[in-house]
Amino acid sequence: MAGKTLYDKLWDDHLVKQRDDGSALIYIDRQLLHEVTSPQAFEGLRIAGRKPWRIDANIATPDHNVPTTDRDRGIDGIVDPVSRTQVETLDKNCDEFGILEFKIKDQRQGIVHVIGPEQGATLPGMSIVCGDSHTSTHGAFGCLAHGIGTSEVEHVLATQCLVQKKMKNMLVKVNGKLGAGVTGKDVVLAIIGKIGTAGGTGYAIEFGGEAIRGLSMEGRMTICNMAIEGGARVGMVAVDDTTIEYVKGRPFSPKGETWDKAVEYWRTLHSDDDAVFDKVVELDGTTIQPQVSWGTSPEMVTGVDGNVPDPAKEEDPIKREGIVRALKYMGLQPNQKITDIRLDRVFIGSCTNSRIEDLREAAAVVKGRKVASSLKQAMVVPGSGLVKAQAEQEGLDKIFIEAGLEWRDPGCSMCLAMNADKLGQGEHCASTSNRNFEGRQGFGGRTHLVSPAMAAAAAVTGHFVDVRELMH
Amino acid sequence: MRAFTQHQGIVAPMDRSNVDTDMIIPKQFLKSIKRTGFGPNLFDELRYLDEGKPDQDCAGRPLNPDFVLNQDRYKNASVLLARANFGCGSSREHAPWALDDFGFRVIIAPSFADIFYNNCFKNGLLPIVLNEEVVDKLFKEAEANEGYQLTVDLEAKTVTTPSGESFGFDVDDFRRHCLLNGLDDIGVTLEDADTIRAYEEARRKTAPWLFNAGN
Repeated sequence: MAGKTLYDKLWDDHLVKQRDDGSALIYIDRQLLHEVTSPQAFEGLRIAGRKPWRIDANIATPDHNVPTTDRDRGIDGIVDPVSRTQVETLDKNCDEFGILEFKIKDQRQGIVHVIGPEQGATLPGMSIVCGDSHTSTHGAFGCLAHGIGTSEVEHVLATQCLVQKKMKNMLVKVNGKLGAGVTGKDVVLAIIGKIGTAGGTGYAIEFGGEAIRGLSMEGRMTICNMAIEGGARVGMVAVDDTTIEYVKGRPFSPKGETWDKAVEYWRTLHSDDDAVFDKVVELDGTTIQPQVSWGTSPEMVTGVDGNVPDPAKEEDPIKREGIVRALKYMGLQPNQKITDIRLDRVFIGSCTNSRIEDLREAAAVVKGRKVASSLKQAMVVPGSGLVKAQAEQEGLDKIFIEAGLEWRDPGCSMCLAMNADKLGQGEHCASTSNRNFEGRQGFGGRTHLVSPAMAAAAAVTGHFVDVRELMH
Repeated sequence: MRAFTQHQGIVAPMDRSNVDTDMIIPKQFLKSIKRTGFGPNLFDELRYLDEGKPDQDCAGRPLNPDFVLNQDRYKNASVLLARANFGCGSSREHAPWALDDFGFRVIIAPSFADIFYNNCFKNGLLPIVLNEEVVDKLFKEAEANEGYQLTVDLEAKTVTTPSGESFGFDVDDFRRHCLLNGLDDIGVTLEDADTIRAYEEARRKTAPWLFNAGN
């Protein structure tokens, strides 16, 4: 019999009941809650007269709507009354049901996918859900983690289970070592460029190979975070020393004998040598360039040394139409050099790239330089209050501020522009976020997805530039 | 949940692949704490020429005349015909809520994004996967014939055209069962409460670190 994949192992360990009709009940170890996708779930519980099944499996924080300035004012600092109501509703629901919440003024507040790992609330081998598609982030710890809708948030609150059907297994193997200045973000954008935005639909993807093994936990989180942009709800990396080292000593991590027992189990969380995948995709990590997206889907991406594509050269009529539409929306010309794209704003943040390593990489590029005068704004939004504190301890805030970047408070911010941070119509933004969809960062806004280092390089030059040219 | 057995309705063809959930319902409308009222803002940025705001009366807003749902012949559509990878991106269930609130009951496409597909079933909305050739054919027929309707039978798992041509589709037994009977799947899961409890107790012994409430 063939060995098991990591996904097979995680599935088997969380299987509560296999039903005759092919569906299965899967136990959920951890649910993360935020203000946007939970109010209707709590309301549903109330209407049905149900109680949460296991209170301590849930952790909540407001992140999507919170302002990134004036945070000492707490909820009163939220200018938009509709946003404020949503954050207040989360507070009320968590208070009523006794759910642990890092409220807006708590230093532990931050983006759900940053604070889970930071607190050790994300542990290897867990099943983790959240009403947010970027829950795949937690797969970096060898977790079975994916986004769910609000009805499922309610289902997990009420039953601690999800009704699931097993996905297929895909291995994305990135061979060789990455070049200097090439990050997890560039790797995942290159992967999505290769498999397409629906390439992973129906699959749980395991990311493996030398390039992935060589990444820090931050880099792995960035990659798993964007599995959903390749269509896969689940992205995973096997547990190794890097994983265990990261988890050690965090508030929710096990201690003493329990730690030893946990580590023993976590060491089994990798695909067996003879495991069979339904699909295998391989990339040569040594050839991956810093990436820049030019279109309105994350698959519309190329190396910084590349050009905007020419729709006339695309044979597939649906793809051609997609390119034409994207170039019109983005205000770009066929064959235009990527390095000729001029920026209006730069955003460094989001659940993809707002962790300490991301900020260090961006700071290293802007240190001793100034934000280009042609830019309207360049902002850095740390992923959590603790990331912010750590960055300030390392003096990164001063480097950013001296260079002319704004140093903000934690939240989702301009990744989806639910708060006050947004693009104006027609503005181009170098963004470390995850989606370049039309209107995502603001009505008519034009998003280019890049790594933190590439965003920093764009900030100091005003256009895209190969960050490696600034590193010498 | 509202049951779904059969449906016959006007087809609106939306000829665009990779329609993401940001496009279906933009973020400014996600601030609502309700499940209803999203219909007027369905496809907001495609449908209107101005920038939509929450709690705004959409009646006086300038419409984009090129957008399919603004054409008179599709105003009462309840079957959305779409292209590949419909519903990609964000997990927001506000997307099916908005489609439902507008009046859609069925969405037909060659493929759907996983989370969106799943969210539809929780809201009495039926997503149907038909192969590219069939979808192409339906696009041509819907565009060529005003008032074009399709009949969907979930019991029989068929889509039937006005000329009587019928196409079968696949759907998971569990999802079909819940939709046909309008079942609350939390209630169904709670029938297994003892099994869940037994699993939980066993895990508590073998993996106690999963039950650590932090410090």
